Amino acid sequence: MSDITSSGASAPRRSSLLVQDERTKRRNASEARFRFVGLIAVAIGVLALVGLLTSILANGLSSFQQTYAEVEVYLDPAKLDKSGDRNLEKIAKVSTFGYAPLIQAAMETTSAKAGVDISALSSKDLVAMISKEAPATLRNYVLANPEMIGETVTFSLLVNGRIDGYFKGRVTMASAALDRNISPEQLQAADDLRAAGVLDKTFNWAFFTAPDASDTRPEAAGLGVAILGSIYMMLIVLCLSLPLGVAASIYLEEFAPQNRFTDLIEVNISNLAAVPSIVFGILGLAIFINVVGLPQSAPIVGGLVLTLMTLPTIIIATRAALKSVPPSIRDAALGVGASKMQAIFHHVLPLAMPGILTGAIIGLAQALGETAPLLLIGMVAFVREYPAGPPEGLFDPAAALPVQVYNWTQRGDPAFVERASGAIIVLLVFLILMNTVAILLRRKFERRW
Amino acid sequence: MYDALAPNSEQDVTQNSAKITARNCQVYYGETHAIKDVNVDIASNTVTAFIGPSGCGKSTFLRCLNRMNDTIDICRVEGDILLDGEDIYDAKVDPVQLRAKVGMVFQKPNPFPKSIYDNVAYGPKIHGLARNKAELDEIVETALKRAALWGEVKDRLLAPGTGLSGGQQQRLCIARAIATAPEVLLMDEPCSALDPIATAQVEELIDELRRDYSVVIVTHSMQQAARVSQKTAFFHLGNLVEFGDTSQIFTKPSDPRTESYITGRIG
Repeated sequence: MSDITSSGASAPRRSSLLVQDERTKRRNASEARFRFVGLIAVAIGVLALVGLLTSILANGLSSFQQTYAEVEVYLDPAKLDKSGDRNLEKIAKVSTFGYAPLIQAAMETTSAKAGVDISALSSKDLVAMISKEAPATLRNYVLANPEMIGETVTFSLLVNGRIDGYFKGRVTMASAALDRNISPEQLQAADDLRAAGVLDKTFNWAFFTAPDASDTRPEAAGLGVAILGSIYMMLIVLCLSLPLGVAASIYLEEFAPQNRFTDLIEVNISNLAAVPSIVFGILGLAIFINVVGLPQSAPIVGGLVLTLMTLPTIIIATRAALKSVPPSIRDAALGVGASKMQAIFHHVLPLAMPGILTGAIIGLAQALGETAPLLLIGMVAFVREYPAGPPEGLFDPAAALPVQVYNWTQRGDPAFVERASGAIIVLLVFLILMNTVAILLRRKFERRW
Repeated sequence: MYDALAPNSEQDVTQNSAKITARNCQVYYGETHAIKDVNVDIASNTVTAFIGPSGCGKSTFLRCLNRMNDTIDICRVEGDILLDGEDIYDAKVDPVQLRAKVGMVFQKPNPFPKSIYDNVAYGPKIHGLARNKAELDEIVETALKRAALWGEVKDRLLAPGTGLSGGQQQRLCIARAIATAPEVLLMDEPCSALDPIATAQVEELIDELRRDYSVVIVTHSMQQAARVSQKTAFFHLGNLVEFGDTSQIFTKPSDPRTESYITGRIG
């Protein structure tokens, strides 16, 4: 800057446009530096995203495949119905332990038929190749179809999670040698059975429909209850927070007088949006469960808590959308004699709709992924029963997708890590779907003015 | 349905009765005294122009005439403004009813982002002016014809109103305003966003409308005021400096401020 003053500001200086002066050089250099820093920032973000997605996909994609054993089981009347009179009550008295010998016999005959040598395996090891869930599958079938006792039925039974892991590359012969739950001999037999077509990997529909399973049978664990619970909660959040949020925003934005009281409300809404979600969980526990007496682990409580969390987001988004509608539209409506409410509902609200919907769906997506408050209201419980259909089902215990992820990552068996990653993928797919809907809706309603 | 408002352009301007009467009208924006003690009589079947430099309060006063200032929290109006002898600021008056009688056209064309038809039909619909679709169609057609827009849009009534050109949009807004069958039409610089050709069309239209309505127009263009109006009011710094026949204001202004403004020395 001393250059300018010393040479005299009034005298025009002659300089070539082809030669950059010092100032221009410095300015260009700083611009180049800034662009480089920005590029680095974007690159770091992209790398982090790619890393995250790769790790989740690498861990989780295999959960969409599951190994099943095609076995013919002879439903032995001597074991299942000793009296022979097909009395359901008596048949029901046979517990899942009573079905283990059936599986053992079925495995022996199936292996023999397939020409697989299983002499290295004890009968206990042979049964252990099949999931602990299998006896329950058989028992449910028999209780549903008692007339089939005495027949030979082909079942697709889940195999043990370790063998499933072996086919997915998670378990090796070397790790099996050190593992008390599986032996290399069992893996060898599994290899042979697979070659013979008895074992096969298929698409894992049960992952989306089955309920959670206990620690010892990760192969049977599914997201059915969690997905249902999450859907119930989202329904509650949508039905409560959208009308409440939009009504509150319209009142605050269009009708409320500007005074200290409304300023206070405004500040508090902004603050609420920043309150940690676990605080809402405590609120839900204290009010909805302890005071109101709603059941624990129920989607209704989760939905109410998430509604409270989503409301500020929706209110802020809706108010911004209402504000962005040009005042000339309001003037036009008022000018032809529309009442304030007519002006808002006929003209302002339709124009604000894309913004409102986007805000609502972003709020919903946040609520869908929220875990902390649900832990406090007991949705972390182990739930194997499907909730009933709404509205009664809203009061039944259920799980939620993000809580199920948390739950599975706490389990010991490495097979649950795969399940947890799979659940994360399902959650992400839901979120992407919701965002797509938001974009489509915005496109549909978007109008220029 | 416009039969009741039969043309009567032969009538002499000076004999028209006062449609709107303002007496000692004061407007405050918070602490600011925006309009000071304005007395004016706006006659029916007359175009009255408000002229004056920017910020002199002419638009503010115009918006008082159909209570559009109600939407501004800090705005306060004192004094009397009478429409046909009734105080429009009376507590019993519903501004919605008032605005159906006193229509408004704004500076910037502001059609609703709906079809041309819906733009014009909106007012009659909310005021229940049509009993069925056929009547509504007729109202829309009449309004568009009166706004000299029918010929240009009759084949695309369902096209969006925002897709029209600026001049067409402004005429659409005029059609929208007259579709509710108002008695007074307020126009706040209706031509400021238009090119000379569109301006000429709108001005011609204003002259047409005078047969049925009392028109009040705010304008920055003195030529426009001279062309379209029969009465002119000159505002300066919130005061109504001079009010009289347009010909007299532009040829023999009685106040030196008016003369300065018209000759371009202030403003």
